[in-house]
Amino acid sequence: MGILEVKGVNKRFGGLLALDDVNLSIKENSIHAIIGPNGAGKSTLLNCFIGKLMPDTGTVMFNNKSLLGLKPYEINQTGISRVFQTPEVFADLTVEENVMIPALAHRDGAFHLSALKAMARERDIREQAEKILVDVGLQDDRHQLASAMSRGNKRRLEMAMCLVQKPKLLLLDEPTAGMARADTNNTIELLKVLSDAHEITFVVIEHDMHVVFSLADRISVLSQGHVIVEDHPSNIKGHPKVQEAYLGTTETQ
Amino acid sequence: MLKTLRTNDTALMILFSLIVLAGPLILAPFGAGYPDLMQRFAIYGIFAIGFNILFGLTGYLSFGHAAFLGVGSYSAVWMLKLLSINIVPAIIFAVVVSGLFALLIGYISLRRSGIYFSILTLAFAQMSFNLAYSVLTPITNGENGLQVELDDPRILDSATGPGQLPVPSLFGMDMSSTSVVHFLGMDLQFNVGFYVSALILIAVFYLSLRIFRSPFGMILRAIKSNQTRLNYTGFNSRPYTLTAFVISGMYAGLAGALLVCMDPLAGPERMQWTASGEVVLMTILGGAGTLVGPVLGAGMIKYFENIFSRMNDVMVHDWFSALPGWLNDVLTNVISPFLGSGWQMSLGLIFMLVVIFLPGGLVEGANRIMNRVQRPSKSGPVSGPVDRTTTANSKES
Repeated sequence: MGILEVKGVNKRFGGLLALDDVNLSIKENSIHAIIGPNGAGKSTLLNCFIGKLMPDTGTVMFNNKSLLGLKPYEINQTGISRVFQTPEVFADLTVEENVMIPALAHRDGAFHLSALKAMARERDIREQAEKILVDVGLQDDRHQLASAMSRGNKRRLEMAMCLVQKPKLLLLDEPTAGMARADTNNTIELLKVLSDAHEITFVVIEHDMHVVFSLADRISVLSQGHVIVEDHPSNIKGHPKVQEAYLGTTETQ
Repeated sequence: MLKTLRTNDTALMILFSLIVLAGPLILAPFGAGYPDLMQRFAIYGIFAIGFNILFGLTGYLSFGHAAFLGVGSYSAVWMLKLLSINIVPAIIFAVVVSGLFALLIGYISLRRSGIYFSILTLAFAQMSFNLAYSVLTPITNGENGLQVELDDPRILDSATGPGQLPVPSLFGMDMSSTSVVHFLGMDLQFNVGFYVSALILIAVFYLSLRIFRSPFGMILRAIKSNQTRLNYTGFNSRPYTLTAFVISGMYAGLAGALLVCMDPLAGPERMQWTASGEVVLMTILGGAGTLVGPVLGAGMIKYFENIFSRMNDVMVHDWFSALPGWLNDVLTNVISPFLGSGWQMSLGLIFMLVVIFLPGGLVEGANRIMNRVQRPSKSGPVSGPVDRTTTANSKES
């Protein structure tokens, strides 16, 4: 039984069947990649995990609890954090504050208004934030505004914001999209280090094969809304079905 | 860093208190040192500080904040009429009632954000205005306004002076009593009402400082910065915006009550949309999201309203009397439309200049000047004692 269980998920947009009976079982503490060509339904699937979209049928269970119908903040409170395709940070706040906010959310829940308590424990939160910033290598920038950071560093910051919550599951939506090769390699290194250091399950949505094969323990290939193969990376590379999905074949439907 | 910030806050607090308490001395040379205007400076400062907690921190632009000012005023007058001419119960009651009113309006309006939120608050304020103007005449006395009268019951102190309208007081100190001190050729007017408002202004300024610096304030700023991110970070932003809205409404109610304590009359025009717009102007002019900005903006607008509006072309003619007659006439004709009843034109001009050249308001202007002065001795960005958030704003824009 995996930490995230997706069963029979269908999602239709008008005439387009975006997700067609998707079944996934993601093991705890693994790095599970979901790949597929453009338009395969990767983002739609992710949006079903995070409460942005509601599947037409099927179930999404996290730790035996259904995620369907929950609001984004409720899903986060169950232990799922996400990294966005373009780094989403609090641009007008300092790097340190950016990390303190998720730490507060983790400690206090979705809404907490005991001002005195919050103030007394502000120091814990700040310490936690500083520790995580050291982990991702941003300790020297902690008093900078997040808007002044490079894209690669914003990604690091976003990772820090997720990690400070000690999530059980971290969803990454194309974590290296639009990055230069050097930044991409840095991000891969960072993710590897983090997955070794923390007990977190990673779900990575990606179409950069280089990233996927350097990172993942297990890969699901999505094509036209359907999971066509799920296997170890070594078996995926030469799999005929995968090549078919990516390169197309002479046969047409 | 943390430590210096705290010391800067203390310095800011002391400086602010000193300037406010020295109001009569500072304002007298500008012709603004009379009680009525000084009271307005302090009271509208409170109103703008409260508005800034909502708009400056969360970015939710309420266009109906005058409704809370009006509700505060009406509640306070009722307290003065029914219970006691002492201002304490009036102020407490007004703050509570406006807080409840803000809870109701905020609960509904905050379902939407952006322009829709602004329109909803505007609609509620106009509804309140119309209710006060006509429908609720038994409570609000319609367009004549509600005021303290001779035959009011006033359970606690009805015995005061028969045949004479009582003046709101704080345990016997009349709000209108003023002692005049002659100093350096100026008549400094020390007025009880002003000092009551000033002390409250300092107290609520301190409260807003604490809110700005607290984790709660940080979350409010995060709402302004990236609300989607905040939701995916595990915060439900609605209760936070609602709390900010209610706090802000209570500030407005407090200001409304103080207006009534200085002059015990509440009319529906206090709730009109122009009054709501005025507090938006004050906050943006001074610097939204900064600590002292709203107070500066409030002072500036009230100064224009009261001083510029009293100038006329004869005065302008006198200013340029040394110039040749034709030049004097030309200058007078150019300048005088911006004075007197045209004071709003000069205010509009200044507002445009500030928004275009100083998007962070007057506080940004002050910061720029300070940076220029400090540059020879210090390099790098200066976060200055005035405000930390201003530097953030100016960098963003």
